[in-house]
Amino acid sequence: MSSTMRRYNALNVFWNGLTGNKNWDRAWRDPEPKPKYEVIIVGAGGHGLATAYYLAKNHGITRVAVLEKGWLGGGNSGRNTTIVRSNYMMPGNCAFYEHSLKLWENLSHELNYNVMFSQRAHVSLCFSPGQRDAMARRYNTMRLSGIDGEWWALDKLRKNIPYLNYGEDARYPIIGAFVQPRAGTARHDAVNWGYARTADALGVDIIQQCEVTDFIHENGRVVGVNTNRGEIRAEKVGLAVAGSTSTLAPKAGLGRLPIETHKLQAFVSEPLKPLVDHVIVYGVGHGHFYISQSDKGGLVFGGDLDFYNSYAQKGNLPIYSDVAGCAMNIMPMVGRVKILRQWAGIMDMSMDGSPFICKTDVPGLYLNAGWCYGGFKAIPGSGWCFAHTIAHDDPHDINAPLSLDRYRKGRHIDEGGGGPVPKHH
Amino acid sequence: MIRIDCPFCGLRDHSEFTYEGDATVQYPALDAPMEDWYEAVFLRENPRGPHREFWRHVGGCGSFLEVVRDTVTHEITEVKLAHPGMAAATGKAAAKTTEKATGGSE
Repeated sequence: MSSTMRRYNALNVFWNGLTGNKNWDRAWRDPEPKPKYEVIIVGAGGHGLATAYYLAKNHGITRVAVLEKGWLGGGNSGRNTTIVRSNYMMPGNCAFYEHSLKLWENLSHELNYNVMFSQRAHVSLCFSPGQRDAMARRYNTMRLSGIDGEWWALDKLRKNIPYLNYGEDARYPIIGAFVQPRAGTARHDAVNWGYARTADALGVDIIQQCEVTDFIHENGRVVGVNTNRGEIRAEKVGLAVAGSTSTLAPKAGLGRLPIETHKLQAFVSEPLKPLVDHVIVYGVGHGHFYISQSDKGGLVFGGDLDFYNSYAQKGNLPIYSDVAGCAMNIMPMVGRVKILRQWAGIMDMSMDGSPFICKTDVPGLYLNAGWCYGGFKAIPGSGWCFAHTIAHDDPHDINAPLSLDRYRKGRHIDEGGGGPVPKHH
Repeated sequence: MIRIDCPFCGLRDHSEFTYEGDATVQYPALDAPMEDWYEAVFLRENPRGPHREFWRHVGGCGSFLEVVRDTVTHEITEVKLAHPGMAAATGKAAAKTTEKATGGSE
């Protein structure tokens, strides 16, 4: 940590509380871009900021700029439902998401910033024997991979979560749930701010309102970017721009990608007294629903994509109606609760539901994309792996399967077995 | 709500339709090289702006429609029957360009 940043501790939080919180330093600098860096990361969302942090901390690369066209954490990092889990089955996803979950478990201490990671358990409801058997396969595979997972039969589920609709006459009667106890939620903004503050203290320049308009190529390599604040050069450039990947990648020389941009909405209710102690999730028929409760009391929930290509960061009523119907199915007592806010983010939907953290065919250019529904939980692991890939010009064993050319080789990582469509979660 | 002007049924909410994906994808011959199939199955232009795409009116006449819609504003500028022979067979106009006001976003 640089000498300019004061660590947060109980004493200075207490003292500043008594003195009106007027004496805090800036959490991070607002530097002018330098002409040249060792690494430029495009996109100051969670993934970009985490990458910068791990470049500095794990690999000693501190001449790093993170360029952001808006404000940091203003894209999907600030627009999600904050769920963190690692209940994946396929080789490639399994090790990656579990690595990410392990990084989450120590993140507040590591960053000296409370990311409010709450391992409140992820409870995935089951409605039919067929669904139970398919999920048993997944959770058994997880257990064999060292990931926690368990089955809660109806009596245990009722004891732990008494308020769900267990009625025999429910549209979809619940028969039990598969649970990952170590999963949970985190505070989305705190993750961005924690990585930003700590990366900044290690010397990383976070440059906001700096939009990359084009890439500088020399001798077939990417050697920098043009921005609305001038030319910035670097030995290596990493893209971490989620739903905007397809608009920037061709300019960088990548051509068409196996990605479509779709919008995903989320909702938060008015604050309520503590009700939902877990993350509760289900998918049945055409319904897809996930809900948790924030520390401020709002029910935070979401459902499916709108399923048509969209770069609009705004919601739409049919999904509003679907998600409300899903909520009523399992929690009819929320019917009179008011929805306070609703928003949408633009997802980089890959063709198998799994991401890319990889080198590209363009020397000097690295890609982090394809996060589909689940980028938030991946932030620490993604930054860790992307930093390794950039620093060593070679992927780590953990992210080697997450390559851009895996479809060409038939090595899809298709958790749902749904085939090559940009709809998977 | 996006509204799509179906040539048979008129202006309807998009929740009556299912989205059937990018209409610019050209599938190669069955014996084409694997690379051609890789490109058709997996790679997408994914434009930020006008996008030619299929919708199916499952809650109405069942027609497959080819629609041009802006992926930023959701404004629809063109709707036509997807199958080129359908226009002649049914007497419906092959191409139907909607007024700007009717193809609006939500």
